[in-house]
Amino acid sequence: MMLIDPHAHMISRTTDDYEAMAAAGIVALIEPAFWIGQPRTNVGSYLDYLSHIVGFERFRAGHFGIRHYCTIGLNSKEANNEELAEGVMELIPRFALKEGVVAIGEIGYDEQTALEDKYFRLQLELAKKLDLPVMIHTPHRDKKRGTSRSMDVCDEHGLAPSKVVVDHNNEETVRETLERGYWAAFSIYPSTKMGNERMVEILRQFGARQVIVDSACDWGISEPLGVAKTAKLALQKGIPQAEVDLACYRNALEAYGQSGQMKESDWLNPPAIDQRNLYEGNSILRGGREPKIEDAKQPRRSMDDLIIK
Amino acid sequence: MSKAARQLLRGWLGRQLDDAQRAWLDEQLMNLEENPSDGTLAIALGMAPRRLGKADLALEPADYAAADAALKGWDPHGWSAADAARVLMLTEPSLSNGFAHRFRKLCSTADVAELVALYRGLPLYPEPASLEPQVGEGLRSNMRSVFEAIAHRNPYPRAHFDDHRWNHMVLKALFVGAPLAPIAGLDERANPELARILCDFAHERWAAGRPVPAELWRCVGRFAEGGAIDDLSRALTSENAEERRAATAALAASPDPRAAQLLATTPRSP
Repeated sequence: MMLIDPHAHMISRTTDDYEAMAAAGIVALIEPAFWIGQPRTNVGSYLDYLSHIVGFERFRAGHFGIRHYCTIGLNSKEANNEELAEGVMELIPRFALKEGVVAIGEIGYDEQTALEDKYFRLQLELAKKLDLPVMIHTPHRDKKRGTSRSMDVCDEHGLAPSKVVVDHNNEETVRETLERGYWAAFSIYPSTKMGNERMVEILRQFGARQVIVDSACDWGISEPLGVAKTAKLALQKGIPQAEVDLACYRNALEAYGQSGQMKESDWLNPPAIDQRNLYEGNSILRGGREPKIEDAKQPRRSMDDLIIK
Repeated sequence: MSKAARQLLRGWLGRQLDDAQRAWLDEQLMNLEENPSDGTLAIALGMAPRRLGKADLALEPADYAAADAALKGWDPHGWSAADAARVLMLTEPSLSNGFAHRFRKLCSTADVAELVALYRGLPLYPEPASLEPQVGEGLRSNMRSVFEAIAHRNPYPRAHFDDHRWNHMVLKALFVGAPLAPIAGLDERANPELARILCDFAHERWAAGRPVPAELWRCVGRFAEGGAIDDLSRALTSENAEERRAATAALAASPDPRAAQLLATTPRSP
């Protein structure tokens, strides 16, 4: 079964993770621009970060037979550093049209401050101008109100809900997100955001029509197999395969494919130029020279620890 | 900057693009001529693959000959149509003032395909010597396609690198798994220091029980004397027929009389 992880901060993950993801069926993933676990002190480090996710990380993923896409944006936490934010806002148009950029994101609210609101709105306008989808990070604190507010602001700026993915939903926010016609994404992130048993119950209750499952794996204790384990558990628990396919593959492709930068043929039938530059099918080059022998060893991450709490 | 090379790029693209794509490209070039700003250029470069697609540039043998005639050593094998369009944009004469600064800035925000195009275009740019520090940055990339955009089928390194940079490019090619044969000027720029570095590298590989890339001996032959002859003698016993052939060729090029003796007493490699 082909899977997409539409939210994964691979810049802080290891090659073991890439191997395990590829072995578990991930064919493509999206790396949203976010903060790096601590605040950046100057715009230069933001430039290098954006350059890294449109370039080197894409190249790295390609070695494992995984197509890498990204989103570009000023995150809500760092929107509160006005000097930095102003600098980053100048960079964003320079990066938003790079190859494989599928959305403006992840943007939205953290503490729901005035500065966060200002830069969220400016970036929504930019997404409209560049005709790109939007990935919204909903806040951890005061989540329900923050999620509603994020959608209110999108409505106010005239964004089509079908071009906006509202991420980090939970049981409290899912109904409103779906009823308002937005894509509802869920991050299967241990202990904080969503577990996969709960996710399966949401799929059972709401269906998968606008639902997107991701791992949001990053530098914290998180699970790059979040999508794969959720798909497997959902199938085990009797969710129809077509629904699992929507939530764990097809909806992400449809939502972010609206950028024109992400197509199924990218991994099923990649153009020659990509194979030379960015994507090496399933051969993994080690130490720069020896191609990996497929199936020579088991990935170190195991699919057997199925439940993510 | 080569006017003839630009004309070739324009002709190849004209042949391959459809009417709408051609019109878009002409419009970008006209915009750049009238308003050579960073913003205009960034948008034109960014949009190129979206408008023109990712197809390879369709070239005939006569086109490669024309490329070499326009610009000695220029070999557009493996170029995409988007590469050609990007290089055409970058070589718009209105952009030639302060090109090195512009080039550096573009590299700092480029995606992988843009970096490849930026570096492939090197032989066509104005004041090429002033680009050398940024080319050095590109060579440090671990992204093989970026490295190869500089090292392979590109006359720039042969013309502008000193021996130190040249030698490290050849050695890095071996490290990133890039073949040596497509490096323009590989034989011409071989030098004793490179031969020494490569023999040392062969020793490291032997010590680690790893295969020695056969192509390495090609850059050793002309300077193989003393200890290098012992190394080639060892390479002659390799299980790899390609390496035995490479060692034979290197010994034939060596000025050391021991090389000739060794060749005379060694059975012909299959």
